[in-house]
Amino acid sequence: MKLTIEQLEAKAQKLRLDIVEMIGYGKTGHLGGSCSIIDVVTALYYYKMKHNPENPEWEGRDRFLLSKGHSALAQYAALADCGYFPKEELGRLKKLGSMLQGHPDMLKTPGIEANTGSLGQGLSIACGIAAGAKIDKKDYRVYCVVGDGEIAEGQIWEAAMAASFYKLDNLVAILDRNRIQATGPIAERFDTNPLPDKWKAFGWHVIEIDGHDMKQIVEALDAADEVKGKPVMIIANTIKGKGISFAENNAAFHNGMMTREQYEIACSEVKARLQAGLQAKEMI
Amino acid sequence: MGMQNQRTIYGQTLVELGRKDKRIVVLEADLGKSTMTYLFQQEFPERYFEMGIAEANMASFAAGLSLTGKVAFINSFAVFASGRAYDQIRQSISIGKLNVKIIGSSYGLSDFGDGATHQSVEDIAIMRAIPGMTVVAPADGIQTRKALEAITRYKGPVYMRLNRNDMPDVMPEDVEFEIGKPYLIKEGYDVVIFAHGIQVSMALKASEILEKEGISIRVVNVSTLKPVDENAIKEMCRGVKGIVTAEEHSVIGGLADVITYVMRGSGLPVEVMGIKDVFGQSAHSYQELLEYYGLTEKEIAAAVKKIIGLR
Repeated sequence: MKLTIEQLEAKAQKLRLDIVEMIGYGKTGHLGGSCSIIDVVTALYYYKMKHNPENPEWEGRDRFLLSKGHSALAQYAALADCGYFPKEELGRLKKLGSMLQGHPDMLKTPGIEANTGSLGQGLSIACGIAAGAKIDKKDYRVYCVVGDGEIAEGQIWEAAMAASFYKLDNLVAILDRNRIQATGPIAERFDTNPLPDKWKAFGWHVIEIDGHDMKQIVEALDAADEVKGKPVMIIANTIKGKGISFAENNAAFHNGMMTREQYEIACSEVKARLQAGLQAKEMI
Repeated sequence: MGMQNQRTIYGQTLVELGRKDKRIVVLEADLGKSTMTYLFQQEFPERYFEMGIAEANMASFAAGLSLTGKVAFINSFAVFASGRAYDQIRQSISIGKLNVKIIGSSYGLSDFGDGATHQSVEDIAIMRAIPGMTVVAPADGIQTRKALEAITRYKGPVYMRLNRNDMPDVMPEDVEFEIGKPYLIKEGYDVVIFAHGIQVSMALKASEILEKEGISIRVVNVSTLKPVDENAIKEMCRGVKGIVTAEEHSVIGGLADVITYVMRGSGLPVEVMGIKDVFGQSAHSYQELLEYYGLTEKEIAAAVKKIIGLR
């Protein structure tokens, strides 16, 4: 069942809260990049993708790969909420023997398609899956989230060339353009601009959106279905640490540690937005 | 002994397997005329992917294809297959135990003209170090065909290295290839020589020289470098006075390490023949390089005599 825009917005806040709670206080976790992409992830799992939590390996499912594997918390939150595994597993994140690793692991976690996290490789894997679907004449689609720091990896551009050469129009990449890498602003460190132009030059159909505007996200994902003969790149302009005031645009929370006080602030901010959203929805 | 070319047989066999097994897909990085995958391209263009000169993407792309149920073969020279795409083989392919076969063509010094950049002295070491990776080095053309059939049946990542040049047949036609199994190809009682690739034929030639001098040699083809049947190796060392290993690879990380590890504590003397921690170089013939780096029957025979003298 597809959720409405308002329901998706509320769901995204709920999953954002799960991300914050997964990290907790006094422990490091990839808060920034998980919060910048959670709105897109929510739209994929609750609006766009055909998938079946009861049967994670259902052949007809759409595939989702997180090439920027360090934002796994966003995907874990969605997978648990969808019912791929019990929600209690979220509390065991990165514990020895846990199914939830620091980076996505297909052999350990139901619903994970590939092992990603060594940056630059997930998009190539996504291309291979899309090419396999073409050989088999299957109509499932492949979605792949790439980071804007990650695109400094040369392999991303090898994959970009391969995707357009092989006309992988069943592949949709989403660039989480939060403009901040681990050590600070990307443009100051190793500028990967001009972004839309580069992807266009590599033969992709490019759509640029506000990656926190649920309506724009949903419309872009739908528009991608209509593109033929080319892979689609949705450049989602996002804010690193979105929704948590002290973490927004703050590289310290790329993989930072919240104090207990910060943790409580983060929870209350996200809860307040979740409540406001739910109230607004009831008013409608 | 007849002479055959491993890469030619590889290319032909891949086509034969591709006719029966539609899961097979082949990826190439602009070396298809050399690795002989162009034969597969001619017959199955829809299952052949020219990836451009971009080995990293080729390896991860193959991982993706395998996730859709394909048996994906990636091809390049051994030096590039193991080196340029190392991290992709580790991360995209091996952690997930994906069904990708990595074919390292023109192993060792066999691309004699191209020099150090194109000659692999450490590909086995690199691939053996990856957890769960199977590493195969067939001894001749006959075994290349059987090994290719076996690694296609096996589900999981495999690295297989192939020689560029024609090489002597050493294996009987009727012996099937079993991953992990060392093959006793000549019985003898004084010294055992373990070898892989073209060095198996060198070991046989060495044994002929030595037998004329009354020294009896056992020759074992260790065509799988990982996993290794340790008990079988130990069994093949029974009764001999010492061990020689012979390989066209660095003495670091290849067969020398396999055998010395398995036979640790046995007290048997071991001589290791291989490339002594140096890069290759260009030459006008393969034979010149084999002689320059001490990889001929002459050196193997000398190593055996050293062992005998030690006792």
